[in-house]
Amino acid sequence: MSITPDRRRHTARPPAALVVLGCLGLALFVVPLVGLLGRVPWSDLPALLATDVVTDALRLSLVASLAATAISFVLGLPLAWILARTVFPGRRLVRGVVMLPLVLPPVVGGAALLFALGRRGLIGGPLAEATGLVLPFSIWGVILATTFVAMPFLVITVEGALRNLDGRHEGAASTLGASRWTVLRRVTLPMIAPSLASGLLLTWARAFGEFGATVTFAGNLQGRTQTMPLAVFVALESDRDTAVAISLVMVLVSLGVLVALRDRWTRSL
Amino acid sequence: MSTLEAKVVVRRPDGFTLEVDLDAPAGTTTALLGPNGAGKSTVVSAIAGLLPIDDGRIALDGTVWDVPREGVYIPAERRGVGVVFQDYLLFPRMTVVENVAFGLRARGVPRVDASKKAEEWLVRLGLEGLEGRYPGELSGGQAQRVALARALVIEPEVLLLDEPLSALDVSTRAELQGALAEHLEAFRGPRLLITHDPAEAFLFADTIYVIEDGRLTHSGTADDIRLSPKTRYAADLAGVNLVRGTAISGVVEVGGLKLHLADPMVTGEVLATIEPAAISIHLVFPEGSPRNVWQTRIERLEPLGSRIRLRLGGPLPLIAEVTEAATSALGLVAGTDVWVSVKATEIGVQPAR
Repeated sequence: MSITPDRRRHTARPPAALVVLGCLGLALFVVPLVGLLGRVPWSDLPALLATDVVTDALRLSLVASLAATAISFVLGLPLAWILARTVFPGRRLVRGVVMLPLVLPPVVGGAALLFALGRRGLIGGPLAEATGLVLPFSIWGVILATTFVAMPFLVITVEGALRNLDGRHEGAASTLGASRWTVLRRVTLPMIAPSLASGLLLTWARAFGEFGATVTFAGNLQGRTQTMPLAVFVALESDRDTAVAISLVMVLVSLGVLVALRDRWTRSL
Repeated sequence: MSTLEAKVVVRRPDGFTLEVDLDAPAGTTTALLGPNGAGKSTVVSAIAGLLPIDDGRIALDGTVWDVPREGVYIPAERRGVGVVFQDYLLFPRMTVVENVAFGLRARGVPRVDASKKAEEWLVRLGLEGLEGRYPGELSGGQAQRVALARALVIEPEVLLLDEPLSALDVSTRAELQGALAEHLEAFRGPRLLITHDPAEAFLFADTIYVIEDGRLTHSGTADDIRLSPKTRYAADLAGVNLVRGTAISGVVEVGGLKLHLADPMVTGEVLATIEPAAISIHLVFPEGSPRNVWQTRIERLEPLGSRIRLRLGGPLPLIAEVTEAATSALGLVAGTDVWVSVKATEIGVQPAR
């Protein structure tokens, strides 16, 4: 044993207990994946994935998660800006409300949406009477429930980035004659771009996997509101092979996103 | 000719109050000189329009920018103040040419014209070939010139330079001083230079305002401040004795006097500096360690708070600083013959060019 401490040896040999626990933690992630892959009916896969149930669910999931991400960008970005840059009474409360969906059980969120925007809901009732638009059990309901659950990820990420941003660049831009809107578009947004991208990625991922709020608020109608996670849940009861096939698609899509964005965006997550 | 008028009163939440009143006439360079924390940056923000003042008046001739009492406030984007910020604040995700063209684009100049004009300014500042670089790829001196180009390209009414050279290393600074002087000279509106470096102020400015702890303590030309400093800070800025001469083996011969330096190896043209407080005054020939002892006469006494500044006559006219108590104890008045001693170790030496 050498007497002088050697940093390299230190980093190379963590305590045995940590290694064991760490490997156990890793196993928790790996074993289910292996289990899933072990059950994949490889030969029947093309036929299973070509069914209406699966293609409808995939289309719906992609449309709803992308729409939720877009809405989060349009509405969540201003919200993040206001939370990060302005001072008003009740700001902490507002922030708490925005963050609530992060910790709230999604089923509860779905129920709350139903009471507010359902056919007989607080706003949903008058809305249905006035326009005939009924949100639950439609794709709009899926998008709404998904956005409710996913948007806080964008707000929290972008708010943090705006807070850490050196605001003096924005000041410099205004001395050069830039309007507030130009400053936001050409200086602020480019400077927070990495965080914005991370936030959008997180939001999309959360939206793509959304289950609880969607099933509660929008129901589980194949071709109308049944997204991939819902389809998996239903198929587990009746048709295990289809459930496995859909799960495999979701794993691949998720992995694909992570790999595509690996260094550029996930580093700042 | 237009004059920038800035009566700035800002009360910060931490209790610090800034209260300055300065005029910067067009075609001249006005310096705001003060130590760190004196409130210089706050003045920059107030004039640029990034910080509303609490009281006072900021105006360029008849155009009023900020008068709280009258409810007038013109925001930064409508003032036309070109600012070169201390750490330049170039936009990190834009190329050099995009940075310079930014102000023009913001004013609605079409992209092609804006780029063309930005490129012209880059050439004027000797930055050709760097158009496509990002700020992170520039040296400090290059970034400084890009910042200057970005401020000048919008043809501002007022040019505001916040510590334009202080982020640069010594050699770059020397190199850029000339170029900066040239561009200051060419700018026709009021030019305001904010600095903590007296050399910068003395070099560039026609008029100097000294700011300490949120208040103006002095204003005038470089000579006014040098010759009659009103505060300790201003005195320190201006009062250091400079002695130029030729050193041979650690001895500078000046005015028939042999000034011994601490390092016996020093040879050649030197600029020696002596802090006024490092000079001791004696009524009789002092026996002791100081190697530099000579006799002279006190020409003038200038009170400076609890200290007295003594102007000494030949053979080496210097400024010495002693306490009031010492002055009265020794009975020093104008005309008193005294012995002067300076320890060799108290003499700073740098090569003169």
